[in-house]
Formats: sequence, C-alpha cells, structure tokens
Amino acid sequence: MKTFGILTFLVLAVGMAVLPLGIGDYGHGVLVGMMSYIVLASAWALFSGPTRYVSLATVAFFGIGAYTVAVLADHLPFGAILVVAGSIGLCVALLVGLATLRLAGIYFVIFSFGLAELVRQLITWFETSVNHTLGRYIFIEVSTAQIYWMLLGLGIITLGLRWWIGNSRLGLAVNAIGDDETVARHAGVNVTGVKLALFAVSSVLITLAGAIQAPRWTYVEPSIVFNPTISFMTLVMALLGGPGRLWGPVAGAVPLYFLFEWIATRFPDQNAIILGLVFVAIVFLVPGGLLSLIDKWRARARAAGEQAHA
Amino acid sequence: MLKVVNLTKRFGGLVAVNGVDFDVEQGEVVGLLGPNGSGKSTVMNLISGALPRTLGEIDFDGQRIDGKPPHRIAKLGLSRTFQLVRLTPSLKIRDNVILPLAFGAFPVFGSEAVKRADAALEQVGLAGRGDGPVQDLNYIDQKRLELARAIVTNPKMLLLDEWMAGLNPTELRTAMDLIAGLRDSGMTILLVEHIMEAVRALCPRCIVMSAGTKIADGPTETVLADADVIEAYLGKAHV
Repeated sequence: MKTFGILTFLVLAVGMAVLPLGIGDYGHGVLVGMMSYIVLASAWALFSGPTRYVSLATVAFFGIGAYTVAVLADHLPFGAILVVAGSIGLCVALLVGLATLRLAGIYFVIFSFGLAELVRQLITWFETSVNHTLGRYIFIEVSTAQIYWMLLGLGIITLGLRWWIGNSRLGLAVNAIGDDETVARHAGVNVTGVKLALFAVSSVLITLAGAIQAPRWTYVEPSIVFNPTISFMTLVMALLGGPGRLWGPVAGAVPLYFLFEWIATRFPDQNAIILGLVFVAIVFLVPGGLLSLIDKWRARARAAGEQAHA
Repeated sequence: MLKVVNLTKRFGGLVAVNGVDFDVEQGEVVGLLGPNGSGKSTVMNLISGALPRTLGEIDFDGQRIDGKPPHRIAKLGLSRTFQLVRLTPSLKIRDNVILPLAFGAFPVFGSEAVKRADAALEQVGLAGRGDGPVQDLNYIDQKRLELARAIVTNPKMLLLDEWMAGLNPTELRTAMDLIAGLRDSGMTILLVEHIMEAVRALCPRCIVMSAGTKIADGPTETVLADADVIEAYLGKAHV
C-alpha cells in the first residue's frame, strides 16, 4: 500500500512536470496559477489542518516573499533572493508565532487577518514616505514554465513534508493539539514548540510561493501582492478538499482555481459576491471536505453490501 | 515522592487553595477528600502543572516542579486523568495511548510503541480495540482508555481525579481491581474520590480539604470519624 502510494505520487509528479511541454504561454500561466494554489492550500493545511488554528495570514507571507523579490531583483541572483525571502518569512513567522500562538481560536483568526493588513500598511508607508514611490518593477529572466517547475518542486516538498509529519510522532502531537491542548501538554507534548515549528514551516513555504512567482507580475505594489482575497481563496480551497487529509487541499485547489478563473472572466464585477457564495455553500454542504464524501460513499456501499448478503 | 508546602491558589479574590501542606511517600495510595468546591481538583491541577500556583512549593521525586509547564512534569514521570474524561478523538484508540509514549522521557515510537500501547490497553480491559475510533467507546471504556494513556509510560506517580465517578456497581468493582493492581505494582497514587467504598478499600491514608484548607490528614478510619470532617460534609448538627 505504501509503495503503491509512493509510486502514484512519482507518476503524478512526472506527469505534472511534462504538462507545460505541449502547450503555449497562456497555458503556462494557468498552470502557474493552479500550482500556486496547490502549494498555498497544502502549506496552509500543514499548520491549520490538524491544529485547527484558522490562519488568514497567508497573504502576509505570500506578499513578503513577492516584495523581497521586488526589492532585491537588481542586486542578487534569483536563487539567492529566494533564500533571503525564505529567511525573512521564517523570522516573521517565529516572531509572530511566539507572540500569538497562545491565543485561542477566534482571537488567532482575527490577529492573523490583522497581521496581513499590518504588513501591507507598513510597506505602503515605507515606500511612500521613505522611497517616495509605491510600485516596483521586477525584471528577472525566468520563463513562465520555469516558474511552474519551481512551484511544482515546492508543491512536492510541501506534500512530502505533510506526508512525513502525518507518519511521525509529530503528526500524533498536532492532531492531539487540535483536539485538546491540555491533554497534549499532559502527555508530554511541548504544545507551544510544536505549533511554532509547524507555523514556521507553513509560513516559509507560503513565502517561497510568493517569491517564486513574483517575476510574473513585472510590476508589484502592496495592494497587488497583499490582496486578502488570496488568504480567503487558500482557506476555501483547503476547506473544500478537507484540510486534515494529505490530498484534501489539492482536491480543493484544482477545481476551485478553474472555477474562480472562469468566474473572474465571465462575471468580473460580481467576482467577490460569487466567491462569498461558494464559501458559504462549501461550509454548509461539505463541512468535512470533498474527500470525506468518499469515506461516506464507501461506508454506504459497505452497508448496502452487508444488507445484500443478509 | 511528592511534597507540597504552603500551596496556595487565588482566582482573583477567591482563594481556592489556601496554604495546603502534605507529603506522599513512595508506593503510598492517598485519598484526597472534601465536599464539592473544597479545592481538591485545583490541588491536582496545581501539581500536574495545568494551573500555575500563586504561592508555595511542590517537589516531586527530589525536584521542584511548581512553575514547570505540564509537559515537563509529565516527562518526570507524573501522569494524571481528568475529572471529566478528556480524550483526543481525531486519533484512533491506540494512538491516544501512543501519544504519551512518543513524548515521554524516553520517547518510544513505531512497533515498540504499538506493543506497549496494546499491553496497556489489555491491562485496562480494552484488548483488541486499538484500531477503532474513540467515538465507539462507552463511558467506562473511555475511562479505561484515559487510564491506559496515564499508565502506559509506567509513571512514578499517578493522579486520579474522580476516575471512578459515574460507574455502576459492577464497573466500580472492575475499576477498583484495576487501581488495586496498580497499587500492588508499586505505583504511588493520589486520588480525588467521592465514592467512599473505593476510598476505604484502596486508601490506607486520607487528606481532607474544606474551603481550600486541609482539615485532616491521617489513617482513613480515624480521619472519617473526625469531628471537623463530619462537620465539613454534613454540618454542625451531626457532630
């Protein structure tokens, strides 16, 4: 079963890697968008899935990644910029995590949303009052297909990490934390340490996702890279697929990405309304995520089978 | 094994535990009694680190533990159960028991942990249930699972907070046998309990609290006949 899983994963990874070969530049752009949300939703679920700390700080780290690229584009090679961006993401995550992961439930949600706005306002203030410009241009020689392959690599790392955590004692700890922090503490789990570590890993992955695709925009300003819709989309995608499962966020990200792309082109003005409706519909119709429906169908099929035998 | 000196806990203006002192020797089984609201559970929470103390000192196995977070205290070999059963339903039954093993003083994970968890489940009467979900367990079985989780690491000391409450007479018999088995294996146990039958059978010594202070400490029969204790439970007219 395990080798079967790894084999499927490898075949899928290779399949995804050769996807850009047959299609043109528009197709590459679509693939980048899709892969970006696969990474974002999976990285979000890495922390928020088991711990149930709903984070709206996704775009804070995404934007930090993109802005680091915008600032350093003329000074460092792209690879080095990615390392710097990841390090900044890590530092911010540790700082923020230490200050906030003691907060319970709803307070954390509100704080994480505020954090994204705070970072955006700080950068806007800095750019307008110190640099006297708001936007920045990014000129880096990277093709869209190359960006896609980098995101694919990041996606493989993200899923690999989630798989590894799920099979290690860390997986037990985070699930226990999501259920009852007091129990986890009395079982010997350093709850704050585990939450901080996962939040940091998740944040670094999200920062890198933002940094990798920054060259695609050519021009960035805070309102573009710190757009809160990115946080909400990530959340909805992970919830649709089921954040507790390895493939849940992927299963949510792919259809929703295409749905939102279609909505954005067909109904550009009603975009936000439809996004909101989809959010409500998901919470009402599939509270456990799409993949939990498979379990339900299996259980029903089994029950039907037993009845047939009886 | 456990030494509590001048332990005090205030919640705002309310003094829940007021200058309590007591010792528990290695291998002893001690009952902690008292009417509702007398501060027994708070004492348990202070010892396990679930609540920070206001004043006082707690030493466990030669180390000062007041001020330490609960996960450090757990690693020193002090386990507990909770007044209201607390389990982690997103983990299957066996994994509830593996959790403290994986994060104990000597972390055990993998097949060795499975073996030890299954042994603990068998010890509490849940043999073969490891793969099921927690939701399948009835009340007594949930209590059993909580006990298995507490004893799987082979702790030096066990705190039981009304672990036998709410059981029917047959279940109580089984539960008492289980605790007696742990006692016979040499485990030090401090238990909060309202069921006097269990207290008399299991605890040679009892500590009684009332309104946050210790009012009696000694051999169970003597303590239960004490005038202050009877007054605390039943009021003055009965003395």
